[in-house]
This record gives sequence, structure tokens and C-alpha cells, in this order.
Amino acid sequence: MHIAEGYLPPVHAAAWGVAAAPFVVHGVRALTREVRSNPESTLLLGSSGAFTFVLSALKLPSVTGSCSHPTGTGLGAILFRPPIMAVLGTITLLFQALLLAHGGLTTLGANAFSMAIVGPWAGYGTYRLFRRFGAPLMVAVFFGAFVADLSTYCVTSVQLALAFPDPGSGVPGALAKFGGIFAVTQIPLAVSEGLLTVLVMRLLTQSSKGELTRLGVLARPRAERHEEAAAR
Amino acid sequence: MSRNTKINALLLLLVAALAVLPLALGLGDDKEQPFSGSDGEAQTAITEIRPDYKPWFSPLYEPPSGEIESALFALQAAIGAGVLAYYFGLRRGRRQGAARAAEAAGRTGTVAKDEATDGGGSGTGVADAGADSGTGVANAGADSGTGTAGARADSGAGATAARAPGAEAGGAGSSPVDGSGA
Repeated sequence: MHIAEGYLPPVHAAAWGVAAAPFVVHGVRALTREVRSNPESTLLLGSSGAFTFVLSALKLPSVTGSCSHPTGTGLGAILFRPPIMAVLGTITLLFQALLLAHGGLTTLGANAFSMAIVGPWAGYGTYRLFRRFGAPLMVAVFFGAFVADLSTYCVTSVQLALAFPDPGSGVPGALAKFGGIFAVTQIPLAVSEGLLTVLVMRLLTQSSKGELTRLGVLARPRAERHEEAAAR
Repeated sequence: MSRNTKINALLLLLVAALAVLPLALGLGDDKEQPFSGSDGEAQTAITEIRPDYKPWFSPLYEPPSGEIESALFALQAAIGAGVLAYYFGLRRGRRQGAARAAEAAGRTGTVAKDEATDGGGSGTGVADAGADSGTGVANAGADSGTGTAGARADSGAGATAARAPGAEAGGAGSSPVDGSGA
């Protein structure tokens, strides 16, 4: 769940907008480059965006007795690297802000910063870290998606705590309050997102081996590497 | 059910369980509005901290009722699910097409060889298939329709799998080419 329309003071809203803008612009360039140099990846790009669409629309009940929704940004970040997700995530946020009155235009910058920038980067970093230490692909994918989801809502909590510090306990007090609303609610949902991302990645490894190899998610089979060396 | 399908089903079951458990355990019972949105709760928290805070901007368009809102959310999920289903369906079709094309390439290869030994002149069609192991599959696949797109566009598993039988077809096809030349 994102910060609702008008619920960030103008200065904060503008500041987060300025912070998010370069990432989105860079993302648009990365996306154009990707589509131009690998036109066949358009379908998988669309699917990554579609995954975000589905998961952002799934409002699920959680242990705190309230509802929230996953983000679905981990998958695209792992497949195409985080800059691409800055665009796809922002498109999803824009759709929800314009048609569903969910999130908002004035809070778009802040919401994009949490969901389309920090989430994908944190998730991608986690995924890479797990892979570097030799974790199996699906374990790394699970934790990548889990962290992408949870970190998004941790950032949302921080954004609100900065804008609305508690009169008694200041920013930390407000952070505990908003964290309890957003981040704790999100923990089981982040697990769900991890499981769903693993499911889609499993389907992709069966259906799109070639593309996953090109994107570096799957290692090249030894025979093929041999063939290529011979061709050169 | 294969082991793969079982694991996938188990993953879905776990997600469903995670969603149902909070409801089944009645974790929202102590709340005034059980299972409301966390964004709404955050708005309440903001007004608790700053009772004087008024949102300074309202949404340009607001769904007139909860029903319309849930319809739009369903639309969003449907668009996403539709694109995902299209992707996986297309992949599956291409893989099957490539497999069929490879099979067909193997078959036409041997048939043409027989014809070539019989008549000698009908080797031209096979010459295409035999020219290159990679394109050979694509050309042979043209007969079976769906196979063409699969073998040509798919640089993935399908094409690699198809390459081996294609090479065989190439081997079978090369003899009629020689035959027609002689």
C-alpha cells in the first residue's frame, strides 16, 4: 500500500520527486537500449511489468489484521537489472494513481522511490549476494524478491516518519508507528511474493532457457560455450 | 503429476495458506475495521500525530464506489495475468513447434533421400534443408506452419534442441544434392 494522495507535505513530496526523477530517466534510457539491442526481450520485459501489475493488484490479508499488497518488482530486477524496474514500477504506480485513487500523483515521487527504486535495488543486491556465496538460483530468487518487497515498505515507513515526526518521541517514535503499520504487515506478504517469484522463475527456466542464459540468470551450458569458442 | 508440477502446486498452496491463515485465525477481530488497507491505517496514524493535517491534493479521479474500485483492481490483475499467460502460452507453442519441426526435418530428410535415389531430380527441396543445420530446421519447419516462427525466432532451448536432429537431416540431405549434381 502506498502513501495516499496529498498525504505528504508539499516540500517532502517535491523532494522525493526530485530524488526519484534521475533514476526513472536513467531507467527509460536503459529500457530503450535493451529493447533496441535485444528486440526479442520485449515480451519478457512486458511479462516483468505484467507480474508487477498482478501482484500490485492483489490485496492480501496479513497477520496485523490489515491488508496490503506485494510489489512484484523483484522478478524484473533480477532479470533485467533494477534501472528497468524504475520505469515499470513507476508505470504501475501511475496506473493506480490515475485510475484507482490508490497512491497519488503528489506522492508518486515518494512511492516510486520506495517501490520502483529502493525495492528493486535492494532485492537485486540480495540476489547477487546470495549467488556470489553459491546459493542455489531459487534460494537467491526467493530472498531477492522477499527483500525487494519488504524494503519497499520500510522506505514508505521512513518517508512518513520523516514527514510526520511524533510530537513526543520524534522521528524514531513515528517510525515505530508507521513501521508497525506497513513493514510488519508486509512480512508474510513478502514471503508470498518470494514464493510467487520462485514459481514464475521456475516456469521461465523451463520455457525460456535461452533468454535467461543471455540475461545471465542461468549459466551457459559448457558444450555451448565450447561451440562458441570454436566458432570464433 | 510430474515432480515439477508438484513443486509448483505446493508453492501456490503455500501462498494461499499465507493469505487464508490471518483470516482463519481471526487476527483482525480486535479491530474496529478488520482487514482494512494499511494505507488507510497510515492516514489515521497521520491524523493522530498531526490532527491539523489536511491532505492538500485529492485524486483527479476517484472510483465512485467500492464496487467500481474492485472492478478496476480486477482489471489491473487481469491485464497482468493476460500478458503473463500470453507469454508462457507463446513459449510453449514455440517449443512444441520447434520440436515438431525438428521431427519433420528428420522425416523429410529421409523421404527426400529415397526420392532422390529413385528419380534423382527431386533433391532441390532438400538442398535447402541440408545447406545449414540451423536454417535447415527453419525451412523444413515451414511445412508444419507453427514451426517456422519457433525455430527461426527462438534462440532458446527449442532451437538448440532442434539443432541436433537438424544436423542429422543435413547429413541425410547432402547425398541427394550430390546425386543431382552427378
